[in-house]
Amino acid sequence: MAAYSLTVNGKPLTVNVDDPNTPLLYILQENAQLNGPKFGCGLGQCGCCTVMIDGVPTKSCITAISDSAGHSILSIEGLGTAANPHPLQQAFISQQAMQCGYCISGPMLYGKAFIDKNPGATPDQIVNALGQTQLLCRCHAHSRMVNALSLYAQGKTQ
Amino acid sequence: MKLGNLFDTFKRSQMTPDAHVALKKLEKARSGASRRDFVKTAGGLVIGFSALGAASQADAQSPINVTGLVDASKVDSWVSIGSDGDVTIYSGKCEFGQGFSTVQVQLGAEELYVPLSQVKLVYCDTGYTPDQGTTSGSQSHIAEFGPSGLRSALATARQALLQLAAQWFDTTPDQLVIKDGVISVKSDATQSISYGELVKGARFNLAIDNNAPLKDPATYTVLGTSVPRMDIPAKALGTHTYVHNVRLPGMLHGRVVRPPFVGAKVMSVNQGSVASLPGKVQVVVVKDFVGVVADTQWHAIQAAGLLDVTWSSGATLPDQASLYTWMTQQPSADTMVVDTGDTEAVMASAAKTFSAQYVHPYQMHGSIAGSCAVADVRGGTGKTATAKIWSPTQGVYPQRDSVAVVLGIPPANVRVIYVEGSGCYGLNGNDSVSYDAALMSQAVGKPVRVVYSRRDEMAAGESYGQPYVVNFKAGVDKGGQLTVWQYDSWTATKGNRPNATTPGNIVSGALAGFVTPPLVPAAAKVPTTFSNNGNSQCSYITGQIAGAPPQGTGTVASQRVLTRTIASPFFTGPLRSPSRLQNTFANECFMDEIAVSLGQDPVQYRLRHLSDPRLIAVVNAAASAAAWVSRPSPNVSIIPNAKVRTGRGISCVLYEGNNGYSALVAEVSVDMTTGVVTCTRFVTAIESGPISNPNGMINQTEGGVMQAMSRCLKEQVKWNAKSGIITTSDWNSYPVYNWGERVPVLKTVLLNNLKVSQTGAGECSITLSASAIGNAIFDAIGVRIRQIPYTPATVLAAIQAASGK
Repeated sequence: MAAYSLTVNGKPLTVNVDDPNTPLLYILQENAQLNGPKFGCGLGQCGCCTVMIDGVPTKSCITAISDSAGHSILSIEGLGTAANPHPLQQAFISQQAMQCGYCISGPMLYGKAFIDKNPGATPDQIVNALGQTQLLCRCHAHSRMVNALSLYAQGKTQ
Repeated sequence: MKLGNLFDTFKRSQMTPDAHVALKKLEKARSGASRRDFVKTAGGLVIGFSALGAASQADAQSPINVTGLVDASKVDSWVSIGSDGDVTIYSGKCEFGQGFSTVQVQLGAEELYVPLSQVKLVYCDTGYTPDQGTTSGSQSHIAEFGPSGLRSALATARQALLQLAAQWFDTTPDQLVIKDGVISVKSDATQSISYGELVKGARFNLAIDNNAPLKDPATYTVLGTSVPRMDIPAKALGTHTYVHNVRLPGMLHGRVVRPPFVGAKVMSVNQGSVASLPGKVQVVVVKDFVGVVADTQWHAIQAAGLLDVTWSSGATLPDQASLYTWMTQQPSADTMVVDTGDTEAVMASAAKTFSAQYVHPYQMHGSIAGSCAVADVRGGTGKTATAKIWSPTQGVYPQRDSVAVVLGIPPANVRVIYVEGSGCYGLNGNDSVSYDAALMSQAVGKPVRVVYSRRDEMAAGESYGQPYVVNFKAGVDKGGQLTVWQYDSWTATKGNRPNATTPGNIVSGALAGFVTPPLVPAAAKVPTTFSNNGNSQCSYITGQIAGAPPQGTGTVASQRVLTRTIASPFFTGPLRSPSRLQNTFANECFMDEIAVSLGQDPVQYRLRHLSDPRLIAVVNAAASAAAWVSRPSPNVSIIPNAKVRTGRGISCVLYEGNNGYSALVAEVSVDMTTGVVTCTRFVTAIESGPISNPNGMINQTEGGVMQAMSRCLKEQVKWNAKSGIITTSDWNSYPVYNWGERVPVLKTVLLNNLKVSQTGAGECSITLSASAIGNAIFDAIGVRIRQIPYTPATVLAAIQAASGK
């Protein structure tokens, strides 16, 4: 058994696991009791498990706990709260930009990372950026998500 | 002062005679009400719910049978009013991310005249909610707005509340008015009483009265507006509880170990192969069902991968390359859907005839989550054992009854609680995984959560959408008017939704030893009733059953539609617009072929053969919104040697023959050198009666069009007949539309028809994409492609074949 310490949504977390290859996703679900990062494929092919590690969007289902230790993890729960949602979350809500919402961590966090570096990004640029990794939305609510991300890129929420 | 407060404030001796009379009447009116603490109990649970939705871990300790039998014929099974005036509605139709839960809350607010914030919704929990079968087939609006559904229950409740208040005020219901859950006397607004004061938490004790007056949709103020979906904020914040997030005390994690080959049986399981692994691994074997249970997900995943199971060889599979020919050669169960008996004769006299074959592959739901369920089975098996299952099933009652059979415990001892999974689109792995969790929990005596791996889901868990072969013949007269239409199809099925008598209808039930009902070949009978539920009848025939008026949407009088079903080697089940999508692909592309061959504009040619004004209206609306220019197809304005060509195509349908009208214009570009088809714009027109939530309906329509675009451009289940392995087992081997690809422009025109009943809208648009896109591809390249998917290789081969390369 080895102990690993990391920061999850601003709070310290120390876990003891027997396998350093244990994917971060399961630690976030079971130890940190998060609902935001989700299991979709376990293969890095869909992005449901996306979190930020030190500000970089990362698929937590294929990221080992040993590589996550000492780093700062942000899930979509860490973006904002019900009382004070993040502008990006407000944009997704105002655009009704989902159906089942299971995939939302991927487009939200990959989109945020890109737009934060490229304010004013166009819809085509945003779509292209999301295509730089494998990300899926099986309900096919892409159009509305592009609208939400584009609003965020323009500094708007609705 | 509100009269209701008199009851609390004044002693009887201090009341005026009038108040005495009123109080007596109220007490008499209430006397039928049993004061058992149904509302109190329900209220206690409702606090555990968020604004709406199904139960969560909060009620892990709650009983199996909360309210006793939920009798769907009684108003109390659908609605209760708390002493605070809050309305709780109970429904057997669940939320799949399509926004219907918000519509149900709107309906509650509308029929009872209360603010949205005063309505709570509890759905799909066999402990609380009425049995409404499955949530499927675009039937939720029909069920809830139709007779004996939620709307009727609410209207009955409102009628009773008005009668009660009329007694209280010593007047008649027509002298009363309701606003925000407060009933007032029209002529004297100072005389008013709130629902909470009136009902005092009592039950209605009434049967649903289907004659109770319903609000006229033309007067709706809450329905018909784009109330934001109530589930979205928590989903955007990451706090929403999906079934994957149900956490029970002492819960263990299970994984299944599926046969590597289709139809393989367990020969032996070497339990020692996982004995040294961490995680207190337990192996569960029930006939051919194999699972592992461990303390964490990762330990369970590792154990599932390392468990040494010896399997028999699998079943013989048809060669994929000759699937469609094979299908037409198998014994079949046949249904004559319609037959006027004169098609051969009319065909013989036609000025011109047409024939073609269209084929559609197996496709999968490919839900983005691995299907997941949590089960807590206590007491093993037998009469005293109990089971509680948190499941994303489409049918909590059918699952309760079939899980009971699988576990060998009475159905009354099983409670199934719906918790949302990811978008499911039909019979994905949600019922199978619920069996898996139940079997493993029963074996280990602890709550067990099971989630499928990608392969478990895609190659060994879900029930695929059916393949189709459709052969057509049609004839026209000298004027180009269709005179005869003949359709012959073959499809393949194995299993279906499970119920009490058919747990073997899905993978896990079959593995656990329950028989999958075999297909029984049968000859077709003469049709006696009209049904176009599968949309095998195209929109252009009259739908003529002998002795009855025509019930189709078209004008072609001579018609024969014959469907054949063969035994599938793979499990199949409803996949969004089952059969209707495949049939509409074939019907609408063949119709296009005929129009093209006659040099006719595809919209105008369709309109020439339609009789149903509602279908005509959506075709016109879509064409108009797309700025459709009347011309023949293909698109002659394109430059002959252009690398990229563009085209447009139209398609239309009356879904299920009676459940929502829609038409779609698709615009595509085709790269002539690569065969890549890119959809650039979709314009949909849809009419399914009074609109409940315009934004939600547009969201559904957009998602349907786009998902069907993915299906027709990319999706096909593949297998290797020699090895018996299904080779499409992840997102690389089963590619779908991905982020990074062009997002088409989406335009949706809603037609709000207040003169008809509410019908479904969920599966209208998805039914149309394959045909509209296929017709647009033809318009662009001048070559008809009669098979799905329109992959670059298929399109390029068609282009090259046509150009003689």
